[in-house]
Amino acid sequence: MHRGIGLIMIRLLVVLAIACLGAIGPAHAQTGPIQAVLQDNRADIERASRRTVQPVLDAIIATGSERAPLFLERWRDRVVFQRDADGLFFLVEDEDADPMKLIDIDTGEFFGDVPEDGMSQLRPNSGVRGVIATALVQFQLSDPDPERRAAGLTAIERDPEASHLTALRASINGEADPALLARKTRLERLLTATFDDDEAARVDAIESFAGDIAVDVRATLNPLLSTRMRAAETLPENTNIARVLEPGVNIAIDEAYAMLVSADLAPALVDAETRDAALIANIDNGTVAGIAVATLDTNAARDAAYAALARSGTVPPAVTVEERAAAVNEHVFFETYNEPSQAVTDAAAQTLNAIESRVGAYRVVDLGLDGLSLASIYFLAAIGLAITFGVMGVINMAHGEFIMIGAYTGFVVQQFVPNYTASIVIALPLAFAIAFLAGVALERLVIRHLMHRPLETLLATFGISIALQQLAKNIFGTQARPLTAPGWLDGAWSLNDVVSISYIRIAIFALAVIFFVLLWFILNRTRLGLEVRAVTQNSRMAASMGISPDRVNMLTFGLGSGIAGIAGVAIGLYAQVTSELGASYIVQSFMTVVVGGVGNIWGTLAGAGMIGSLQKIIEWFNPANTLAAQTYMIIFIIIFIQFRPKGIFALKGRAAGD
Amino acid sequence: MIERTFLLRHPSVMVFIALLALFTVGATILSEGFGVGLISTSFVKTLGKTLCLCLIAIAMDLVWGYCGILSLGHFAFFGLGGYMIGMWLMYERTKSIVVEQLGAAQLPPTPEEVREAIGSQIFGVVGGSEIPAIWMFADSLIIQIALVVLVPGLLALVFGWLAFRSRVTGVYLSILTQAMTLALSLYLFQNDSGLRGNNGLSGLQNIPGAENLSQDVISVWFLWASAFALGAGYLFAAWMVSGKFGNVVRGIRDDEARVRFLGYNVEAYKLVVFTVTAVIAGIAGALYYPQAGIINPAEIAPIASIYLAVWVAIGGRGRLYGAVIGAALVSLVSTWFTSGQVPDIPLGFYTIEWVDWWLVLLGFGFVLVTLFAPQGLGGLVDALVRNRQAIAAPPPTPAKSAEKASEAA
Repeated sequence: MHRGIGLIMIRLLVVLAIACLGAIGPAHAQTGPIQAVLQDNRADIERASRRTVQPVLDAIIATGSERAPLFLERWRDRVVFQRDADGLFFLVEDEDADPMKLIDIDTGEFFGDVPEDGMSQLRPNSGVRGVIATALVQFQLSDPDPERRAAGLTAIERDPEASHLTALRASINGEADPALLARKTRLERLLTATFDDDEAARVDAIESFAGDIAVDVRATLNPLLSTRMRAAETLPENTNIARVLEPGVNIAIDEAYAMLVSADLAPALVDAETRDAALIANIDNGTVAGIAVATLDTNAARDAAYAALARSGTVPPAVTVEERAAAVNEHVFFETYNEPSQAVTDAAAQTLNAIESRVGAYRVVDLGLDGLSLASIYFLAAIGLAITFGVMGVINMAHGEFIMIGAYTGFVVQQFVPNYTASIVIALPLAFAIAFLAGVALERLVIRHLMHRPLETLLATFGISIALQQLAKNIFGTQARPLTAPGWLDGAWSLNDVVSISYIRIAIFALAVIFFVLLWFILNRTRLGLEVRAVTQNSRMAASMGISPDRVNMLTFGLGSGIAGIAGVAIGLYAQVTSELGASYIVQSFMTVVVGGVGNIWGTLAGAGMIGSLQKIIEWFNPANTLAAQTYMIIFIIIFIQFRPKGIFALKGRAAGD
Repeated sequence: MIERTFLLRHPSVMVFIALLALFTVGATILSEGFGVGLISTSFVKTLGKTLCLCLIAIAMDLVWGYCGILSLGHFAFFGLGGYMIGMWLMYERTKSIVVEQLGAAQLPPTPEEVREAIGSQIFGVVGGSEIPAIWMFADSLIIQIALVVLVPGLLALVFGWLAFRSRVTGVYLSILTQAMTLALSLYLFQNDSGLRGNNGLSGLQNIPGAENLSQDVISVWFLWASAFALGAGYLFAAWMVSGKFGNVVRGIRDDEARVRFLGYNVEAYKLVVFTVTAVIAGIAGALYYPQAGIINPAEIAPIASIYLAVWVAIGGRGRLYGAVIGAALVSLVSTWFTSGQVPDIPLGFYTIEWVDWWLVLLGFGFVLVTLFAPQGLGGLVDALVRNRQAIAAPPPTPAKSAEKASEAA
């Protein structure tokens, strides 16, 4: 109690003291031009709103005071204070200090100490702060600090306005930084295209962007061509008409009539809902206009009942189809540009057309890159399968699980080696080694005993596949595990605003190229390769030449599995590592092998390239629906097999198994 | 009569039918709907579903065990059959609900209103209200039942014609059938496929026109229907593989080139077997999904068809009862293990929970069966029969000649 009363006493005293100060203060406090403006618009500042604050800002800037930007910044940052006693506005030295050290807005001089509870903080809402920030831009553009100039440019780029143009032009001459100068010049042209008063200047600016595929150009030109649909009795003069719409050809009759209704040029249609409501409202003892309700179970019957009601004058008559057609015929429908100048819209349309066709060309390049990167993933995933299939004639359904083993190897290595670069360098050979051993074990324990029973091998390896997948689930859990790429693989290489490809995909592409060359070398330039090719072509003949098919089978299987392990690390880098990781690539891998033909790395390369680019092309036609893309691709492959049942690169001659 | 002589020549078929009848009657007596209530309605449904799985296993055995085509796509036909009957079930049930709702309105509903209400009821979940064109016959049970047979049959006919014509064989053909299944399930997963995307069709256990009957009764009905279908399917399959046709088909399995050189049109034989088994699979699916209550594209995923091959392989290929044994055993044991009813095994440092380890057991167990008992469990039955015959020394039975044929493979 005591303390409470004491506090109130102190506050009273302070207020009194401030009142005295205020009484003598104004003499030198109100001299400044900014303060004068502020005092004139006190109400608008205390309760500033986005809509009313602009005139105040204009007035502050019009004072020409060099302290205006500083004040606006502080206002935006919510560190301007108002003295409760007399309503004067002040800057402060430290907003958390008590008493506060007040600073005069116009002079920047120290004004005096005031206890905190005698001051109110101005708290402009985010809308007002946005308006202030826009007004500040013109000061930022000529700020001595290049970073602030850049920030100002960014603000304009994000939300350009007509008022920025003058400020921007004024700041270009004094710009010393060449990079900023280039940005300013470019931005000036973009703003000119939209906001300049001179039509010729705008057309010039628009035409200067011919062939420029950057996003900001398209973002500037597209709004210039925005249109609006209108209906009238005759085509108006002096309007920038984009095109005339012909009812029934490029605009539906219904739609055209709806436009007439919304423009008050025709009476509204009686739709089913209104009709039914009117019928229900006029039910009289089980009948509507003398028609039994129970018979109103078709639209025709209801229309007839409504017509009967209309004849008796109870409801407004319905617009008939003929009346509707006549009304539509009597009017013209057209699209007008929101931009009034025809020269500007013509130039914009022409320039944009040229730009779009260039963008289209670059999109194709980008699509090619996407297809290439997908193809390299499929190549890595499928090449092991292709080799084992070629040499032994068996499909290894557990191949996807070797990919999974590789990915989990990468994950486990990252648990022990925190450095991402080092961990990937360790994980790649380790994944190869582990998958190699797993493959050799599978070959020795299972596949060797099922020789010449390829269908049973398929099923047995499927058994291995479900067991391994479930084992991985039991060990690592069902949630996705991250395999993080090193920092230098973050980001993307981009040629321009259209063509870009992430570094990870480039790395995977490089990996695919390395393994292609390596395998080509092994198969064509080493003793093992010679033996592998011999067994692929005719295993019995190879055996009679002293080659041990058993040993070749084992090593090939290990090699194929090892590469699957490497593919696992690569795939894990951009996809999450789950127990289903391999299974989701296995069917595509089969397709790659089947399309490419077996026992030939060129075949796998061709198959992967074809499937990868095909998938991307189909996705491009229907970007929202990757499921449909995969469906169509599989159907395409089924049809493709009709024409080349043994794949693109078929083994010639008397290959084993034929 | 052909049937009588046929049955007399094949006593094993009669044994199977008798066992099936005994089983069905037994299950009915124990059921809640018609009997003492010893087994729950959901278990009656499980039994009924298992009978359907046995039927598709017979189809798989025909196409793989007898004709040598390892199809990894027969579950697609199964699913299609389910979808076809499911469309009628869902449409008619929704219609009866909708008509009831609209009956409360002041004006009697127009056909357009009913259609629109059905459309938004069924397809609201995928953001549509239009009834797609493929549902145009959904209000006719007869046509949808015809589609159960026609859609899988036609798909198999077209696919088989394309595949066999270009002489795709062996693992290539397996991969191709798998691709077909994958394409179909991916297509159905889309929302605009017209079959409710990944939501699938649901509420199929409610039979329109039988709203007054409880599930206890309906489940027994379906058990009988499934048993009848399985019996008929077994009889048909046994008849198909017993005569000259069966010999040619087995010949194709063992050496396709030789049969072709003997002047038979190998492709036509394969196409007939492939299509007929697809139809059987469709019928099995149409009986299965009303008991399961829901069908969605995940049911058609390639893995389901591979499991089917696994059942047949475990049961024993090239003998029809083997397929039935395999499907019944593996699917029932699988249900038992994954339902969490099997006691966990505490090892001290780790507890083996069968829900997690069942698939590992199945996977490795299957590898062991492939390696050490290539004839499957059916092979054990054969061994038993052979022992008895060794004592009585009667002339060779069909089971034994089937055994010989598969040994030749």
